[in-house]
Amino acid sequence: MILARATDVSRRYGAVLALDHLDLDVHAGELVGLLGPNGAGKSTLVNLLTGVRRPSTGRVELCGGDPRDPATRRVLGVTPQETGLPSALRVGEVVDFVRAHFPDPLGKRELLARFGLEELERRQTGGLSGGQKRRVAVALAFAGRPRIVFLDEPTTGLDVAARHALWDGVRAFHADGGTVVLTSHYLEEVEALASRVVVIDGGRVLADDTVAAVRGLVAIRRVSVTAAVPMPDLPGVVGTEREGDRTHLLTPDADRLVRDLIARDVPFRDLEVRPTSLEEAFLTLTA
Amino acid sequence: MTALALTHARFQLIETVRIPMALIGSAFFPAASMIFFVVPFVGSDRTYSTYATASMVTFVVMTSNLFQYGIGVAEDRAQPWDPYARTLPAGAAPRFAGRILAGLVLMVVSLLPVVLIAAVATEATVGAGAFLAALGVVVVTAVPFTLMGLAIGYSLPAKAAIVVAQVLFFPLAFGGGLMTAPGGAPGFVEAIAPYLPTGAAVRLMWAAVGDFGVQPASVAALVAWTVAFAGVAAWAYRRDEGRRFS
Repeated sequence: MILARATDVSRRYGAVLALDHLDLDVHAGELVGLLGPNGAGKSTLVNLLTGVRRPSTGRVELCGGDPRDPATRRVLGVTPQETGLPSALRVGEVVDFVRAHFPDPLGKRELLARFGLEELERRQTGGLSGGQKRRVAVALAFAGRPRIVFLDEPTTGLDVAARHALWDGVRAFHADGGTVVLTSHYLEEVEALASRVVVIDGGRVLADDTVAAVRGLVAIRRVSVTAAVPMPDLPGVVGTEREGDRTHLLTPDADRLVRDLIARDVPFRDLEVRPTSLEEAFLTLTA
Repeated sequence: MTALALTHARFQLIETVRIPMALIGSAFFPAASMIFFVVPFVGSDRTYSTYATASMVTFVVMTSNLFQYGIGVAEDRAQPWDPYARTLPAGAAPRFAGRILAGLVLMVVSLLPVVLIAAVATEATVGAGAFLAALGVVVVTAVPFTLMGLAIGYSLPAKAAIVVAQVLFFPLAFGGGLMTAPGGAPGFVEAIAPYLPTGAAVRLMWAAVGDFGVQPASVAALVAWTVAFAGVAAWAYRRDEGRRFS
């Protein structure tokens, strides 16, 4: 069963095309990671699927209905990218406020316990740390016993322990049959949680595959050397950048490239091998 | 829907009570004016103190609604909580209804000190019929000022809304004759007051509690203001929706 669907969706903000004829199906029980650099269109897609905005053209569906219709959103939970809890309200009150919108919400205690927030119940949200606010914002997505949750960069600003605690909460929900759509620009986060990865850039789907497959796609290394002579044509190089006599070679197999450089007797110095950021990898792949 | 509107109203009120400056703004000044001006100067004169109390009540109706909606709405629009709340399974209606309900409650809270001070410390008096009529006038005249506040709140960013509400409220109060007894304002004020929303509102209030004739032209002006504010508020609301949520 398809819980969320975008069909040939485009979204324009003035002159900017944020989504460009994008198609996406999310099936019940999936944990999908939406991966892509800043400005790729991830949050726009989430805003369309959660009913905050409307597509310029194309159709979005949530559980077969229009996400702009409030009744459709009874099965929906959302953690937006920006937290913004009402600062004068206590954590318990914010939870109650959100719960009041759903026909069969999770108990307040149960929800707070699931995300380790019991101690914060009486605190005003304005006095919480950034990480605590973020944890509350994620917990709120689960208040209405949703069938599908959208988490827009849920762990931004969290330390490692809090991030892992939050991942456990998301995994538990998924293990109970819940469907999750998660955006992130951290490959690590998507690897830790998702089984399916959708890579978005420039408002289009670049790749839609298993984590292992996408990892192979973006596991590009940057091999940098300084050499007075031009580089020979080397196998496995997917991109080359030059800055003076410094050359950056992008390749999925850095070991082999280094061996080839030595075998060809290229007079290089200052060898440096480092992983590329996702953004660099995608830029290379899409160039 | 109704239960949700009440929930929204409840949380709006909790937020206001936790940061009571907003209440002080609309409740303290009229109460202080009663104590420092009305009580010592006209408190012993039954007619004048009744009119003065009616003026202060109108003043509260204006400031309470103008500030709550003008500033409150503009501030809410700036918060990321607002788009989040739109992902909850409720339309914009319960949130809007909740805000109006909370606004009415806060207006009543701001009115209480004025009415209490008038009853205890002055000779001001009204019969049951006049009191009910005044209550009706409060409800009716709250409408244009609510719409005026909403027009400001939905069309301006928070910082501008604060300034505009503050710049508007004094000329409206003075120009409408709220600071003076009926017929006692400077000539030019007497000339324009019946056609300002504040002046038209207070004239209705004076007519409810005293021997002041209803002026049809003034009532027509109030109706025209209400329609105009409704138009601007609706336009600003749609424009804001279109910008942020379409």
